[in-house]
Amino acid sequence: MSMEFLFATGIGWIVAVGIYLLLRGRSFPVVLGLSLIGYAVNVFIFGMGRLWSASPPILGTQPVLADPLPQALVLTAIVIGFATTGFVIELALRSRHDGGSDHVDGQPDAPGKDGEGPR
Amino acid sequence: MTWFEAQLPVLPVLLPSATAILLLLLGDHGGYGAAHGHRRLLWARRLSLGSVLLGLLLSAWLVREAAGGEIRAYLVGDWPAPFGIALVVDRFSALMLLLTSLVALPVLWYATGGWDGHGRYFHAIFQFQLMGLNGAFVTGDLFNLFVFFEVLLIASYVLMVHGQGIERFRVGLHYVVLNLVASALFLIGVSLLYAKTGTLNLADLALRVPRVQGPDALLVQASAWLLLVVFGFKAALLPLSLWLPATYAAACAPVAALFAIMTKVGVYAIWRVHGVVFGSAAGESAYVAVPLLLPLALGTSLVGVLGALAARTLERLVAWLTVASVGTVLVAVSLFNASGWSAGLYYMVNSTLVVAGLFLLAELVAAQRGDAADRLVPASPVAQPTLLGVLMLLAAASAAGLPPLPGFIGKLMLLEASTAHTWQLAVWSTVLGVGFLTLIGLARAGSIMFWHVRDDMPGSANAGGSPKLVGATLLLLAATVAMSVFAAPIQRYTEAAARQLEDRDAYARAVLGARGPATETTRPYTGRVDAAPAAAKP
Repeated sequence: MSMEFLFATGIGWIVAVGIYLLLRGRSFPVVLGLSLIGYAVNVFIFGMGRLWSASPPILGTQPVLADPLPQALVLTAIVIGFATTGFVIELALRSRHDGGSDHVDGQPDAPGKDGEGPR
Repeated sequence: MTWFEAQLPVLPVLLPSATAILLLLLGDHGGYGAAHGHRRLLWARRLSLGSVLLGLLLSAWLVREAAGGEIRAYLVGDWPAPFGIALVVDRFSALMLLLTSLVALPVLWYATGGWDGHGRYFHAIFQFQLMGLNGAFVTGDLFNLFVFFEVLLIASYVLMVHGQGIERFRVGLHYVVLNLVASALFLIGVSLLYAKTGTLNLADLALRVPRVQGPDALLVQASAWLLLVVFGFKAALLPLSLWLPATYAAACAPVAALFAIMTKVGVYAIWRVHGVVFGSAAGESAYVAVPLLLPLALGTSLVGVLGALAARTLERLVAWLTVASVGTVLVAVSLFNASGWSAGLYYMVNSTLVVAGLFLLAELVAAQRGDAADRLVPASPVAQPTLLGVLMLLAAASAAGLPPLPGFIGKLMLLEASTAHTWQLAVWSTVLGVGFLTLIGLARAGSIMFWHVRDDMPGSANAGGSPKLVGATLLLLAATVAMSVFAAPIQRYTEAAARQLEDRDAYARAVLGARGPATETTRPYTGRVDAAPAAAKP
């Protein structure tokens, strides 16, 4: 019970933080939010193969095996998430470089008026 | 069956990916205006065009094979079906492959008129995009669909900002972030479905979803809703369609024209998952998306056409018309009968070709209007008023659904299919009203650009589009006229395709083998191999 509770609330908490960051106005917090949501989703996929203890996903002598398929799926999702995060960082940097602002809507920086905390 | 014929279903994926790798090895022309790289660009064009032409022949062959009614399943690595990756080509998939090639060939030809030199590695990325599109259309597995979505999306991110410029980077960032969020939702939906059914193979899912009952069925339905959000986002279904006009209007013309088929990937996925897996025979989860899908689809058409009326540039107008056409196709999907689906297929092929042609035409016209470009304000006359005007008229008539063009045939089929449906009045008034408003929107744009000209303004230096650019646009619009000429055989094909979609058992037999539907395994896997399936809970 406690493992399931910890697992579920942990995912929920990470997603909540990720959504908060995603709604920020600067591209850097947005990228961080995307990464956090990506982590939470990866753990969620892992959990959808059910939670096991002391049961590797490899055929052997132990009586109980974990479901190997979600673990294979999560590997694919991690690789894709890694690549897309790399791309979005590069795109945000380029957008910042060309537009002169890292605001997601390309608004120019107005000192002290953007309400995004100290910069 | 020869060895080559046995490999046919995987070739639409392998061909573009091999071409893309070759193009990467061939190297790049070296960026803006690098003269020494020109020979490389020429070779890249030849290779890329040759490959797309080969792809067109290949998909035409697959359509001919599929027309016989056989469902071809290809097991990658020969892993048995629900466990390995299965590629499936039925009539629907083959039609989508052919449509992709039909759009890609003129668009690529148009791009070789200059756009491909405005950035690096255009041709390689274009081929990767085709690989993702073709893969999404042939895959028979939901997780594999996710992977191909990512392939086509990451290629589309690069194509989206092709040509660069501040506006493209700004809109491109939105596009990428929104799609990444959608991908996260996709993964949640897919894994939830896996947890409750123990499979992600579409054929197997169609057999297992009906068996899920009670509280588990609610979770399966939740995953169906999540997937509807994801596919609806790609397809630009109503509350999720507002990203599309900005994105498509900012992309350069050949890219926007190719993107005309990207929304159809979302429609395709809705069709496969919500139409078939969660369709009539899905037990407690049957028709889970229906109560919302039809009103939303009608709303999408309306919002799309209203956006087109309010548009200030020709490119935005066309982008909004893309939304409207997707709405009409989704109306057909949500009718949930074979004649509605047949109408949807026919209309989808036509509207994709028309919208792609309109995107190219918009740029041709804009290039000849001096400083006014694509803004809908009176300006100097275009250099080729007759040619472009006739093309515009043709495209407008087909988009609005005037006889004898295929838009009319598609809409007529849709109206016939919706008779006796409870929503008949709403469907009829929306489809007819949207057609009328489309005509008004395009007539307004056309009369401003071709008739309401100002001779006091300096004319454009552009003497007229090159034969290549005009030819490519003409090819796309000619394809829609051909759809009207060959309406009867195409209609027979779409009807057969719609009936084949409804036949879940035949699909399962083709993918899972003869033992298919009868196979009993311990899935979803709960750790106890000896336990009875579905009864055991951890």
